[in-house]
Amino acid sequence: MTRGTGGRALIPEGIMMVVLLALPWLAPLLHVTADVLARSLIWGLFGLGFDILFGFTGLLSFGQAAFYGTGGFVAAWLLTSQTVNSVALALLLGTAAAAVYGLIVGYISLRRVGIYFAMITLAFGEMSFFLENSPLSALTGGENGLPGVPPPGVELFGHSYTVASGWPMYALIAAIFFVGYVIARRIIRSPYGMVLRAIRTNPRRTPAVGHDVQRYKLSAFVLAAVYAGLAGGLLGLFQGYMPPDAFYLDTSGQLVLSTVIGGRGTLIGPLIGAFIWIDLRDALQQFPALGATWKLLFGAIFVLIVTLFRRGIAGEIGALLERRRRARASLRAPAATGQRLAPPAATRERVRAARPGPAILEVQNVAKRYGAFTAVADISLEVREGELLAIIGPNGAGKSTLLNVLAGDLEPSAGRIVFRGSDITREGVIEVCHRGISKTYQINQLFPDFTVCENVEIAVLAHTRGRFRADCFRSLHADRSRRAKAEQILDKVGLLPFADHPTAEMSYGEKRRLEIAIALANDPKLLFMDEPLAGMSPVERAEAVQLIGALATERTVVLVEHDMDAVFRLADRIVVMQNGVLLAEGTPEQIQNNADVQQAYLGGVEEHEPA
Amino acid sequence: MPSLGLFLSQLFNGLALGALLALVASGLTIIFGTLGFVNFAHGALFAFGAYAGYLTYQASGSFVLALVVGAAATGVLGLLLEWGLIRRYYSRPPEDQILVTFGIGIVIVESLRATFGGLTLNVPQPSWGNGILNLHYFFYPVYRLQVLGIAALALFALYLLIYWTRIGLIVRAGIEDPLMVRMLGIRVPRILTLVFGIGALAAGFAGVVDSPIVSVAPDVGSRVLVESFVVVVIGGLGSFPGAIIGGLIAGEILSLTSMINPAYSDVALYAAMALVLFLLPRGLLGTEGRI
Repeated sequence: MTRGTGGRALIPEGIMMVVLLALPWLAPLLHVTADVLARSLIWGLFGLGFDILFGFTGLLSFGQAAFYGTGGFVAAWLLTSQTVNSVALALLLGTAAAAVYGLIVGYISLRRVGIYFAMITLAFGEMSFFLENSPLSALTGGENGLPGVPPPGVELFGHSYTVASGWPMYALIAAIFFVGYVIARRIIRSPYGMVLRAIRTNPRRTPAVGHDVQRYKLSAFVLAAVYAGLAGGLLGLFQGYMPPDAFYLDTSGQLVLSTVIGGRGTLIGPLIGAFIWIDLRDALQQFPALGATWKLLFGAIFVLIVTLFRRGIAGEIGALLERRRRARASLRAPAATGQRLAPPAATRERVRAARPGPAILEVQNVAKRYGAFTAVADISLEVREGELLAIIGPNGAGKSTLLNVLAGDLEPSAGRIVFRGSDITREGVIEVCHRGISKTYQINQLFPDFTVCENVEIAVLAHTRGRFRADCFRSLHADRSRRAKAEQILDKVGLLPFADHPTAEMSYGEKRRLEIAIALANDPKLLFMDEPLAGMSPVERAEAVQLIGALATERTVVLVEHDMDAVFRLADRIVVMQNGVLLAEGTPEQIQNNADVQQAYLGGVEEHEPA
Repeated sequence: MPSLGLFLSQLFNGLALGALLALVASGLTIIFGTLGFVNFAHGALFAFGAYAGYLTYQASGSFVLALVVGAAATGVLGLLLEWGLIRRYYSRPPEDQILVTFGIGIVIVESLRATFGGLTLNVPQPSWGNGILNLHYFFYPVYRLQVLGIAALALFALYLLIYWTRIGLIVRAGIEDPLMVRMLGIRVPRILTLVFGIGALAAGFAGVVDSPIVSVAPDVGSRVLVESFVVVVIGGLGSFPGAIIGGLIAGEILSLTSMINPAYSDVALYAAMALVLFLLPRGLLGTEGRI
């Protein structure tokens, strides 16, 4: 994602407006009718919400027809039964009904992720179709749908005009689409939208930096239902008839196909994809022998695009333009690779072991079992304010599991964890993060699609905005303090010169430091580090040891590490774990001379097993 | 209140339908367990099997031959799909795997429509399935009982394959730990192709068995696909016993509620799924591992 500056930020909206305004004059030249365009725009509107859900948040739903149909049938029923006479009010109520239904379906289906989510939404889509078709057929007309939806009227200068089919209808739908498009653009460019993108990029790290992922997902699901409901309502108005096929599985499928072919995560992708199949269908229907083959062709194009051009049409064009822009920018700008790591300002002296502070974390009889397997059997220990506590032990001792339990990633099977007097045992990683605890992962958990700076910004966002905030209409660029805070953290780990580099281009050692930077965004009072030196070269190790030492001057650190040189250099106190229990505890000197520890390391288990 | 006869006959209908759903769902679950993704083309393979069986039946007049050829042809199609396309997707994100199988499904269904037209083709029952049996409380069509038997036999064959053969052992090990299986020197790619073929074969076989009951149309598989999704969500994805239990539960829900009010039978099925998701998000027999 590029960092749009004020003027350039609205270019897509401008282009969209010009195109929509020009189409009535351009379309006849291309033999495209107003109806084809209006229908494509309805699908495009439907797709705006779906793209927010799938393209940006990464949730692939196969049940969007449920909300398209709900919005459409509620609006059509209100109008045909003359419960409501205002078309606008009927559209609004239909959209609201779709939103409520989306909230219910989303709440249930978001209990599972990935494959399950796709299957469950598909099943709910089918359920909605059966509901429309049988139990509710008295209201919906069942297989016949609802005919006689009145055309919308417009009040102008005291006269009321009916919007005729053809270009007037196009104008109405284009205007609504444009508003929907501008809103969708604002949403994805807001802090809220950035969190959605983070969820798609790394669904595991996003909660760990303090975002309530479940609520973000549910709100995105409802947003998609709102767009779907509005589009469904427009379909009824456009056709003067609400067809039951709005609820078909095919409708959900067609939306997925259009979005992927046009380009997921581009907002205009669904519109492009829909225009292609609607045009293809109309063109092939001129030939009786080929009439039914449009879907075969469209399906084949889809398989081809998924296999070879997974960004879709708009996405691939966008990526091409972005590459050229970057190439030009890098020709102009001098390479940003002067100094690599500015050495951390302060190095730490091991002085505080002698005067321990109060306990910041109390771990009481914590255990973690998986069925019959016990990873952590029974651990009790205290972490004292300001110290650097190292946990060592042979592989499989349960160190990483313990760290995951303490940081809220895993729920313990037994025991109690108290942080500064409050019980945090079952609070979960999000709440724990907001209390000022964070963790760096043994295997990098970054946001690979983001720039280096954005990786830290996404964590800063949770710190400044809390677990969840629907600030959909705030501009991401209005708030300069977020960027400043992120840069300050990047400076601490020596990555400031690479702030705007894509994360994918960084070296392993740099990514390792970025992993630490993300964990610093909530100003942690207590920082867990799970094998921060794993996989590093000797030079990188030396730098990282220095960095960890500097970090530990400002906060309490609990370090799990296999590199004994580093551990003995850094730690104020060391605990040794073996087979899920504590083996020994003491100062580095005491541990070095402990017979049990020597036995565990040199006797039973190999020291130099791969990490 | 429905009579005992009606109740019993619907109970049997539910068993027959449930056994068929279990067969389709177990193909889905074996593929998921081993390959790690859900095959959205499974309904299309069901339809393909039905058409292949239909053609064979028309040409030869033997329903047994139709069963064999229909299942085998679908299995071969599965092998070709895995070998030609799907294996390129193992290293791609899971949503791409869903998308490509979904796309393949559309291409298969639309090819069937382009070749055979969109009309429903009636498949006569095999001669050995004609007739109605007097079961004292109620009369029951012979073929439906045979469907129950055939599906149960097929499930048993699948069970033997998974739990009593070398390949089955590898499949089960692959579900536990695919990396370890590879490190043991087993040629995983070949096994994956084979597993996808077996899953497809199960779907095609079910398609032929079902064809005299529901007749054949290009879209015949889409409903089966959705229902088998419900089955695996209820039973627990990746679990073979879960697919069977889920299938029987789904079959009984569909047929027993349709006795009370047919309009609600499909809705009741989805409501049951929602309930299971609410109480046991992993399904009745779901495994902890993959989500």
